[in-house]
Amino acid sequence: MNSFSRKAISALLLISFLFGANPLKYAKPKLSDYGFFIGNMADHNPRDGVIPYDVSAQLFSDYALKSRFIVLPKGQKLDYQTDGSFDFPMGTTLIKTFYYPADFRIPDKDIRIMETRLLIHTPEGWLGFPYVWNEAQTEAVLEIAGERMDASFIDNDGESVNLSYSVPNFNQCKGCHVNQNRMIPIGPKVRLLNHDFDYSDGKMNQLKKWSALDMINGLPEIASLPHTPNYGNPNDGSLDDRARAWIDINCAHCHMKGAPGETSGLFLNIEETDPTRLGILKPPVAAGRGSGDRLHTIVPGKPDESIMIYRMESTDPGVMMPELGRKLVHKEGVALVREWIKNMR
Amino acid sequence: MKRALILFTVISQFLFSSDLEKELQTQFILAEPGDTIYIPEGTHSIKGTLSIEGKNNLVIKGFGMDRSILSFNNQDEGAQGISITNSQNIILEDFAVKDSKGDAIKAQYVDRIVFRGVTAEWTGGPDPNNGAYGLYPVQCTNVLIEFSVAIGASDAGIYVGQSKNIVVRNSKAYHNVAGIEIENSINAEVYDNHAYENTGGILVFDLPDLVLKKGENVHIYRNLVEKNNIANFAPPGNIVGKVLPGTGVMVLAAHNVHIYENVIRNNKSVGTGIVSYFITEEAMTDSLYNPYTSDIHVYNNFYERPAGFPTLDFEIGQLLAIKYGRNTPDIIYDGMQDPDVMSGLCIQNNGRADFTNLDIEHNFEKWYSPFISNFSEDASKHSCPSPHLATSIPD
Repeated sequence: MNSFSRKAISALLLISFLFGANPLKYAKPKLSDYGFFIGNMADHNPRDGVIPYDVSAQLFSDYALKSRFIVLPKGQKLDYQTDGSFDFPMGTTLIKTFYYPADFRIPDKDIRIMETRLLIHTPEGWLGFPYVWNEAQTEAVLEIAGERMDASFIDNDGESVNLSYSVPNFNQCKGCHVNQNRMIPIGPKVRLLNHDFDYSDGKMNQLKKWSALDMINGLPEIASLPHTPNYGNPNDGSLDDRARAWIDINCAHCHMKGAPGETSGLFLNIEETDPTRLGILKPPVAAGRGSGDRLHTIVPGKPDESIMIYRMESTDPGVMMPELGRKLVHKEGVALVREWIKNMR
Repeated sequence: MKRALILFTVISQFLFSSDLEKELQTQFILAEPGDTIYIPEGTHSIKGTLSIEGKNNLVIKGFGMDRSILSFNNQDEGAQGISITNSQNIILEDFAVKDSKGDAIKAQYVDRIVFRGVTAEWTGGPDPNNGAYGLYPVQCTNVLIEFSVAIGASDAGIYVGQSKNIVVRNSKAYHNVAGIEIENSINAEVYDNHAYENTGGILVFDLPDLVLKKGENVHIYRNLVEKNNIANFAPPGNIVGKVLPGTGVMVLAAHNVHIYENVIRNNKSVGTGIVSYFITEEAMTDSLYNPYTSDIHVYNNFYERPAGFPTLDFEIGQLLAIKYGRNTPDIIYDGMQDPDVMSGLCIQNNGRADFTNLDIEHNFEKWYSPFISNFSEDASKHSCPSPHLATSIPD
């Protein structure tokens, strides 16, 4: 982008900030303006009340590693809902930072932070704001229209990987987080939080910790609550459980009732039990060339005849699934879902 | 504020064109009700989906479909060219979207969407690698598509799916697999369009496993549907891949469809086909789905085709050729009458159009012995007691 154009966009943003145009009135221009972290911001040392967490099954984002935090307004709590979600108080902020180590075999060294996404619960519902980090790793600024950045890393096999990393725009945030025209958080659900986290003062179940911190109203006995497996851990649940966990977190935000992918009639949320709605021997509806000349979403026992695998293995924007947030193939995810389909009868 | 934005918009169009993508996307995000966002003249390369989300009363306007062109030839992100979601009263006017990797313009969950003078095109001609849909409102209400053009879609050029209250008029569709398609939709008027040189000209489909289960009240009239004879280039696996090349108008498993006052000519295989979902030979597991056609009315149309063979690389084309040689009937019915519905197919006053009922239920086993199969060319069984007149059309 030339500097003139950049100035033009900055001017437009400035006008919007000054006049309080939606949706920017709920956002601050720079990540540091929020004061979530103490000391060097890139180190992500959370201030009091900024609670780190992780989820057991993760959305694949081009192998980027992620740090997550939740901030509740002072004195307010999450309300447990019987469907396993939470009701979040107004003003709740979810923080998610995406980063790459230079070499995944030494994941704590030479880290480059790409972006930090904030999901803020406002009077107008949840809104998502992407902040893009500078080269010096000292600040991140709001880029409402998203950004493309070159990224490279050495993967676990020692292979060098280069990609054009994509920061989603404000609308794309909603594209994934929407249900029935309401934006919703995806990660912080009971079943995705119900496992140990390595806190600075030792390991503890996250729900237990949040209860101990008096962050939740009405949480039942933790032992009675569901747990979604970490699909990357072969000892965490059956093949079926792990494959469904991968499909749920990577696909179901669109492919469920009320979400944009519902037009296809393909429902991939973890609760779905109907074989056709799950794609088994289901012909595609609007796949176009995304079908890859295959006739059904899933053909039991035959991953290479299943459209689902074809679209997971593609990086062609007109073919691949998910449609956004991915330039690379998630090899481990493909292997898992392949195995699942192969073993299906 | 609004004035500042508009002023800014105008100035920026004069001064900066180097990153139109980011600029347009920023404007789409910050737009306020009543804003008009202009797409400048010229061909602009766009690399990612442009998205409009949660907006009211927005006009996106170019300076003509031949002058303001968004080219997605180098698209590396997002399937659609433009995506519009969860919005009300959006008007798209006078620009073109070309060579998107997936669908050209998709609108979902939009109430009141207008496509006026908009082109969706894949410039390399018919190709299975083209995107599926050109102009693609789905799960919308109050859809108007007019003076628009769709070229080269590997599924349907103008496709309205799972929507209510639809007008498609004065538009052109060519070099698509399906020119214009209305699928699982309610209250659709498709008129004064020109659908030509597609695989199938105009389709009305009801498919299983969808959220909106059953369409109804679809009127197809005063269209010119001609020379829809190009090879079916849909990627296999897609239901539209089963459309017989040389099809004018096709009704698949739909309910309450009126086809009248159309000129349907020079489509080499079938002028108008009325078939159940059984013809697809796909399994059905959707218990709420009705695979039959019912309440279909075909009247006051003009049919014409020169003598010649139908498409021979589809089984049904071969069957028709063996039975009828170079004179396949204009109107073809598969004979699958919904056992629970009285009104099936009504045909009258279509000039010299001829008819056949394939009666696939009884002839299915005999498809390879068509000489002995019992087709019925008697259309009188399908004439209706009172003539159906064209209903008055709200403009």
